[in-house]
Amino acid sequence: MIQNPKPQKFIVPIGPQHPALKEPGHFEFTVDGEIVTSVAIRLGYVHRGIEKAAEERNYVQDLYLLERVCGICSHIHATAYALGVEKLAGITVPPRAQAIRELVAELERVHSHLLWLGVAAHEAGFDTLFMYSWRDRETVMDILERLSGNRVNYSANVLGGVKFNVDAAQADAIRRGMDFLEERTHHYYNIVTAEETFLRRTRGVGTMSADQAEALGTLGPTARASGVQRDLRIDSPYAAYTEFPVQIVTASAGDLEARFVVHVNELFESYRVIRVILDNFPPGEIEVRMPRRIPEGETISRVEAPRGELFYFIKSNGTDQPERIKIRTPSLSNWASVSATAPGHKLADMPMILVGIDPCFSCSDRSVSILPHDRQSKLWTWEDLRQYGIEYYR
Amino acid sequence: MDMKLTHPWEEAVDEIRRWARINSPWAIHFNSGSCNGCDIEILATITPRYDLERFGIKLQGSPRHADVMICTGPVTRQARERLVRIYEQMPDPKFVVAVGSCAISGGAFRGCYNVEGGIDQVIPVNMYVPGCPPRPEAIIYGVVQLLQSLKPESQKG
Ligand code: SF4
Repeated sequence: MIQNPKPQKFIVPIGPQHPALKEPGHFEFTVDGEIVTSVAIRLGYVHRGIEKAAEERNYVQDLYLLERVCGICSHIHATAYALGVEKLAGITVPPRAQAIRELVAELERVHSHLLWLGVAAHEAGFDTLFMYSWRDRETVMDILERLSGNRVNYSANVLGGVKFNVDAAQADAIRRGMDFLEERTHHYYNIVTAEETFLRRTRGVGTMSADQAEALGTLGPTARASGVQRDLRIDSPYAAYTEFPVQIVTASAGDLEARFVVHVNELFESYRVIRVILDNFPPGEIEVRMPRRIPEGETISRVEAPRGELFYFIKSNGTDQPERIKIRTPSLSNWASVSATAPGHKLADMPMILVGIDPCFSCSDRSVSILPHDRQSKLWTWEDLRQYGIEYYR
Repeated sequence: MDMKLTHPWEEAVDEIRRWARINSPWAIHFNSGSCNGCDIEILATITPRYDLERFGIKLQGSPRHADVMICTGPVTRQARERLVRIYEQMPDPKFVVAVGSCAISGGAFRGCYNVEGGIDQVIPVNMYVPGCPPRPEAIIYGVVQLLQSLKPESQKG
């Protein structure tokens, strides 16, 4: 006779290559029956060493390197970097260039949010929505291609301005695209708020209160879905956001449904502001000359990426190469919320909770070392780092 | 031992296998440290506008079911071992398509301390698709070219 075995805990490892993950990451779910009791996240498969490489290239080369930190939010990385370097050089960028930066940033937000909507629906097993939202996303990809010549990594920015202008024909094409997308987005709004089967996967899953969201340091739509009023476009406007302000979009429930609602409502907000920019384009130049050498100094530059606050620290030593560039991406800040909200949910909900924060692995993969309170600082030698790396990936 | 490799029956089976492989290859996608740009373009190829599946190509999860590996990224040192492992898990014959400048040579990341600089530094590559990122059409063209090259006519010539 088979004895009923005692309930046991065991660990389900997932990754780094896994059908549900488009990027390599490794997760260990400890499960008790079907319920997840803890999550361990191991990142770092995409760590390329960009911050170090940026120190060995000049400011112009870095623009293209940093754009490739992440292919989904490439423009916003370049914007954060360009704004920082321009601040160091003491240069004022013409208003038209700033408006184009905002325009492309909002178009990028549209493409990123539609992409996320599709991927998240796919994880819920709702492939129809995935296919529809990606089909509609091609509209904004066409617009970006028409403006810049490339579908991803558009390199809109140069130091001191932008690379391309927007003429009347392009503006019309953008308006037409926005009209089409707005109509489609109403449809998506209905789906994510009224489709019963879909709501069963999202309502009450991965709930995070506002206090929790603050304490875990979440950013962007993930935090705003929990009712945290934080959006850098409003709190500390950059580029042209003072002339063309956006409204903050929040929700209060904090669960996956609220995140869908926030993403979809941000889409509406982006369509609106894109139209406002097109109607009130400031005339004039789109570029000013930049010096090759950037005066000594250091600065920070913060922008609101589609996934939350993106932070750049740039230190210059007076040559044509930066001395140090530090990047802090929103995905990295949002990871902590996964291990906090996942316990208590079924294993089948894990993919939804993972994509719920709109993770971007290539943005997160840097090494972070947290020191205890009483330790001031620690210097890693190359040997230490090497040894640490070997141990870590063993 | 008596090797009956040229038995007519086996030849026929080989024919069928090759026909099936060319008409319905299954692909696996592996990201070895790319910036995501290429990966979203690969995903775009399976969505309605480009619809890679009309060529019978299916993107699926397990390396053990895959004929073609579509690889992106400059191969970071951490991903290197995984890449080799996944390649070894694929059944023979297997083909590798390197998508993107950084999968070909390291691209923008060439010279970073943590990258190998291209898929072909680690595993053999059959087809290269350049671009940063390549357009979905280019990816489809690359995969179709690979399938064309498997046809018996083109192998003779
Ligand atoms: S080739 Fe370009 S777009 Fe593709 S992964 Fe590499 S850097 Fe990103």
